[in-house]
Parts: sequence; structure tokens; C-alpha cells
Amino acid sequence: MTDAMMTGLLILLLVNAVLVVCARSLLAACLIFMVQSLIMVLIWILLRAPDLAVTEAAVGSGISSLLFFLALKRIRALGGGKEGGDHAK
Amino acid sequence: MRNDLDQDLRASLEEPVPSASPLDQAHLLQHRSAVLREENDLSRMEPDALRRLRILYRVLSVLVACGIVGTLLWGVADLPAFGGGANPTENEVMDRYLSEGMREGGATNLVANMILDYRAFDTLGESHVLFTAACAVLLLLSREPERGDLSRSVPEADAPADPVLVFTARVLCPALLLFGLYVVLNGHLGPGGGFSGGTVMGAALILYRCAFGRRRASAFLSLRGCRTLTGAALAFYALSKAWSFFTGANHLPSGIGPGTPGAILSAGLILPLNIAVGCVVCCTMYGFFALFEESGILPEGDGSSGRSRPEPGSSRFRKGGAEA
Repeated sequence: MTDAMMTGLLILLLVNAVLVVCARSLLAACLIFMVQSLIMVLIWILLRAPDLAVTEAAVGSGISSLLFFLALKRIRALGGGKEGGDHAK
Repeated sequence: MRNDLDQDLRASLEEPVPSASPLDQAHLLQHRSAVLREENDLSRMEPDALRRLRILYRVLSVLVACGIVGTLLWGVADLPAFGGGANPTENEVMDRYLSEGMREGGATNLVANMILDYRAFDTLGESHVLFTAACAVLLLLSREPERGDLSRSVPEADAPADPVLVFTARVLCPALLLFGLYVVLNGHLGPGGGFSGGTVMGAALILYRCAFGRRRASAFLSLRGCRTLTGAALAFYALSKAWSFFTGANHLPSGIGPGTPGAILSAGLILPLNIAVGCVVCCTMYGFFALFEESGILPEGDGSSGRSRPEPGSSRFRKGGAEA
């Protein structure tokens, strides 16, 4: 059971990694990258490392994604701001 | 055919236009600028060559990626199986940690024993790595207001945030902060510790700042407060470990006993060190976010959009050519 879940999660991790590269917009890439961290959280839990899981959830999918979003906002790649969407192109 | 046309145009560029109606001149100018642009612009290259370059780029990137993946997999293949009994990591050091750790360190969480007691010096170095990173970000991004010019320091609090965000933050922030505190304070009894709890608290503070604006968040924890807290925590860590090294390294009596394993006030220095590490990590995470948000790399308002460089092919450029 655990082995099957582990295999599934690892395959999901690979698929997700390819999806990050193939994502059309930067915002989508950031979101998929966030999902990557969430999958890693599950893997840490399966490996019985709950402290690593907590850290991964907070840093990987929380803070680093936030910094990515902030950077996207700075370079105006994030649609829907004051300027209107640049993402249409 | 095409080259002839180009040569004609180039020749016409050399000689002055003697007598032509203004309309013809405008057309001629347009042609000239078009030719010049064509010569300079990579995107107007022969389509065949461009397509070949694109294909080459794709093939090369796939090849490089495959090479890296293959190298890494080849390296991993030589590793012993995970958790195998005959691994080189199964040695007397691990046995010692597992059998004597709780007696010597006093923490029921053996990982905390390892990283904050046996190898506390490493953890001090790790905390300093975070501190150094925060210092570098501070140097790069901080924009100290000019003397006597407080008006241009930081644009004041912006429009109220989204109600969904505010409600979510109101529900989640106390829970997250409490969970982070629990993870920090419980680090010697269960999984967790300074790093995990500190990141959770930092995330909670960032959420608070996103929802309620930088002024209210700064009232709680300002950047200056972050710096002070980080410095104090690191100094406390270094001093307490120095005390431990000088008086009781190798677990000679140091005046701070391990206490009863399992009690909240136990494990000697591990609990205070966890708190110090938690402070450093929390302040660093929050400080990163605050600095990124407040930094003046790009102005926040729409002022910069007017200053933006016109692109070479933009309508303004073309209009200018037609009017000339």
C-alpha cells in the first residue's frame, strides 16, 4: 500500500516537473511548482519525517511561492493588477 | 531578384533625394528605415535558417537535459539501498546516538538531541547562513531614506485587501502562529523544532502582512525589530553554546542538567536553543518578504509605465517615420 502510494507520488512528481517546464504562463508555472512542494510534503510524511513535511509545506509551497508571486508582480507579469493584464499576449 | 532590390534601395540611401514631392520623400524614408531595420533585426532572418536554429536549440536542450538526468541516475545507482542494514551509515555513531541520546541529551526527540546537542555547532553555522542571506538581501534591497527626506521612503498603506484574504487571514493567522509556537516549544519532545516552527510562524506573519497591510504588521514586528531579534537570538545561541563548550563539553557537569526526559522543561539547553533558532528563522522569512515588498527596485505606482522604453516596432516609431 505504502509502496504503491510512493510510486504514484514519485511518478506524479516527475509529471509535475515536466509540466512546470511546459507551462505557458509564468503564473501557471509558479502554481505547478507549488504543487511540486505539496507532493514532496506527502512523500516526507510517507517517509515518516513529519518535521521535514512541516518545513517543506511552509517554505516550499508557502514562502518561496509567495516570493515568486511578488517577483511576478514586480515585473508586471501578473495580470489583473492596476495596469490590467499583460498576460493576454 | 531580392538582392537587386536591396542594392537599389541601398544605393538610394547613399545619394540625396534631389527633388521629390513630400509624399514621395516620406515613402522613401519609410523604405529606408525598413531596409535598415531589416538588416539589424534577427527576426527578419531567412525563415529557413531561423527554423533550423530553433530546431537545433530544442534538440540541444533535450540532449543536455537527458545528459544531466543520465549522470544523476548513474550516480544514484551506486548508492546503497535506503535503510539497508549494511550501509556505511550504520555504524557505532548511530548506535551511540540511539542508545545513549536520551540519557545524555535529555530530549525524547532524538533528532533534536543530534542537531542541538551533539552537533549544535553545525546548527549555529546554519543559523548564520540564514543570517548572512538576510544581510545580503538587506544590502541589496533596503532603501534607507535620505536624511531629512522621509516623504519618499515608503509609499503608504495601499488599498484595502480582498475580503476573502482578510477573512482567511483572520481565521488562519492565530492558528498558524499557535501551531508554530507549539512546534518550536515542543521540539525536544516530538517532531519539529526551531526550523520547522520558525518557518510556520514566518508564513503566518507574511499572511498577516498581506491581509492587513504593512503598517499594522510593522506595529507588530518591524524590520528593525526583526534585525534586533535575529541578532539577539544568534548572540544568545553563540554565548550559551560557548558556555556549554567551556564548562561542560563532552557532557561534563555544566550546571544545566538534562532534566527528566519527556517533561516540557527538560533537555538542558535544547529548548532555549530551539526558541533562538525559531526566532532567527521566523525573522529571516518575514524579513525577506518585507524587504522584497518594500524595496524600491521598481516603483509600485503607474509612474513607470509612462517612462517605459518604446519598443523598436511600436506604433510610435512607425508614426514618426511616416510624419517625417
